[in-house]
Amino acid sequence: MHQFLKEIQNRFPIHDVKEQRKNLTLFTTEKEQVVPLLTHLRDHEGFTHFVLLTAVDWIEEDLFQLTYILNNPEKKVDLGIRAYIGRENASMESAHHLWEQVATYQRELKEMFGIDFPGSPRVDEEFFLEGWDDIPPMRREFDSKKYSEETYFPRPGSKSHDPGEYMKQKLYSDDYEEEE
Amino acid sequence: MTMKKKNDILSRLFGKEHRPQENKHNQPADADSGKSSDAGKGGGTGSVPGSDSGASGEAHYSDHNHNIAPDHTEDKYPRNGKDGKPEVDLSSGKYTKVWQGPNHPGVTGNMSLELTICGDEIVDAKTHVGYLHRGFEKLFERRLYMQVMPTCLRMCVPESDTNEYVFSEAVEELSGIEAPEKAKWLRMLVLEMSRLQMLLRVVPGQGGAFGLGIGVQWGMYVRELILDLFEELTGGRIYHMYMLPGGVRGDLPEGFRERAIKTMDEVYRFAQRIDDVMFNNSVFKKRATGTGYIDPSWVDRFGIVGPNARAAGYNRDVRKDHPYLLYDQLEWEVPVLEKSDVYTRARIRWMDMQVTADLIKQILNKIPEKGSFKAPTPNALNWRIPRGETYVKAEASRGEFGYYVVSDGSAYPRRITLRGPSYTHAIALLEKMLIRTNIADVGAIMVSLQTCPPEIER
Repeated sequence: MHQFLKEIQNRFPIHDVKEQRKNLTLFTTEKEQVVPLLTHLRDHEGFTHFVLLTAVDWIEEDLFQLTYILNNPEKKVDLGIRAYIGRENASMESAHHLWEQVATYQRELKEMFGIDFPGSPRVDEEFFLEGWDDIPPMRREFDSKKYSEETYFPRPGSKSHDPGEYMKQKLYSDDYEEEE
Repeated sequence: MTMKKKNDILSRLFGKEHRPQENKHNQPADADSGKSSDAGKGGGTGSVPGSDSGASGEAHYSDHNHNIAPDHTEDKYPRNGKDGKPEVDLSSGKYTKVWQGPNHPGVTGNMSLELTICGDEIVDAKTHVGYLHRGFEKLFERRLYMQVMPTCLRMCVPESDTNEYVFSEAVEELSGIEAPEKAKWLRMLVLEMSRLQMLLRVVPGQGGAFGLGIGVQWGMYVRELILDLFEELTGGRIYHMYMLPGGVRGDLPEGFRERAIKTMDEVYRFAQRIDDVMFNNSVFKKRATGTGYIDPSWVDRFGIVGPNARAAGYNRDVRKDHPYLLYDQLEWEVPVLEKSDVYTRARIRWMDMQVTADLIKQILNKIPEKGSFKAPTPNALNWRIPRGETYVKAEASRGEFGYYVVSDGSAYPRRITLRGPSYTHAIALLEKMLIRTNIADVGAIMVSLQTCPPEIER
């Protein structure tokens, strides 16, 4: 484990540490610890480059995973910080004051996943979706197929295929017929 | 690599007068690196207010060009609200709203800008996206990993191969598969060819943004020659689907090396011509020098990467900092300059273009004659990737370009998201740097950031 990780472990509650590659380590921390940890990493550990912020929907566990990726340009290592928040009234402390581009990521997560970041600039302004009145589309319960079937009308004569089934038919048409 | 050898490489490509400065932000300058050189023989040498980039001044930076934050000492600029953005009172009659886009001259794709102007000077800018959102990241949830391939490369249309590479590499990493050595060389060849065709559009395109159209036509001709090579190697000109998890789809065609090396000579000739016609053109120099200044302190604050960071004195290149494939077996150096304006960013890309042509020649000479170009992989229809997550990145022509991939152990990805350079350059940074610039320079500033909206709207 990197020396700086040991030091972080002394200061912050981190767990599920995984060294994915020599230059990429991921770990999990508590929701309340994310912004203090990001601040510490930026100001004291040299992780000055903010790479991305994204969310993963674990609907089965009723959780959103937020992943912050930082880079240390001196040590040339990346760090992935995970935090889990409940899906119901999902809300997270904003980190827009640390890096300017964070507000954009937070604005996107609000629109696409419905995760709120109170205090983040323009977080309630429409970003990609204009006039969207359905549930946030990147949530797992949003069924893109059902939405398109209900919203758009098929042209006469057009066909649609399940991508997996269609690929099987195309690649293994003989075997596929036998199986059927 | 010794400093002497490093400088030899750069001098061979650009001549002594084009030798880039040593980086001063990330690495200590070597003792023999000498004083900072000029951005190029046509480069302006003026100092920009607020920068630390130089002293002797030939070019003069007009006041409206250095886009430092308004100090509100003049009545002209609206005061900032709580969110740090200017509060504009349109009823005062001092300001006008102007929309540029969504078909904007400064970008590939659709994006628009909501500009608030006072006279012809911008006092506030907002980026609006959403005109070409295709929901790729949502569609991936319903695709087998192999079916992600033809969709993911459309995340950045003009430079699709970087998408192929980072996705393939992420799948390989999560599956514990390693591509054979020959496949790695062929991947590098395709990535560099992709970078080159992009730069052949962007470098003369900077002149085009100021009305200098001739370089664009020349660049497109040379780019077509690269696309011919792509067609020969992969069967496609724009979208190639050449790299896939496990390796690549095919070997080099017979005689490809010789034809490709001959094409690289055409690139060097083009670089010389564009230097004469564009970089030494007085109108271009006057318009580009000092325009669109990026303060070096913004690089980390805004997440600036690639040529935009390197033109501000930061030596950052994923190929050097986090060597992937076999880049550590090539001899090359990253161009770094410091003036950080539109002219310097164009010059950096001009240097990149020649470094890339040089890399392609090196790669062509190193690709093994024999050996497999594809590792065995599971049946694409039943390929379950073990549960895990990774972030894989590469250096695109615009900078750090990466995929964050999460697998839940099923045949379908749980989450794939893209980190593209334009996401930060075209929104947070652009909104900041347009303030106090002239409305006539907006297109050129956007070209200088190499904005690619498709990678914002995935």
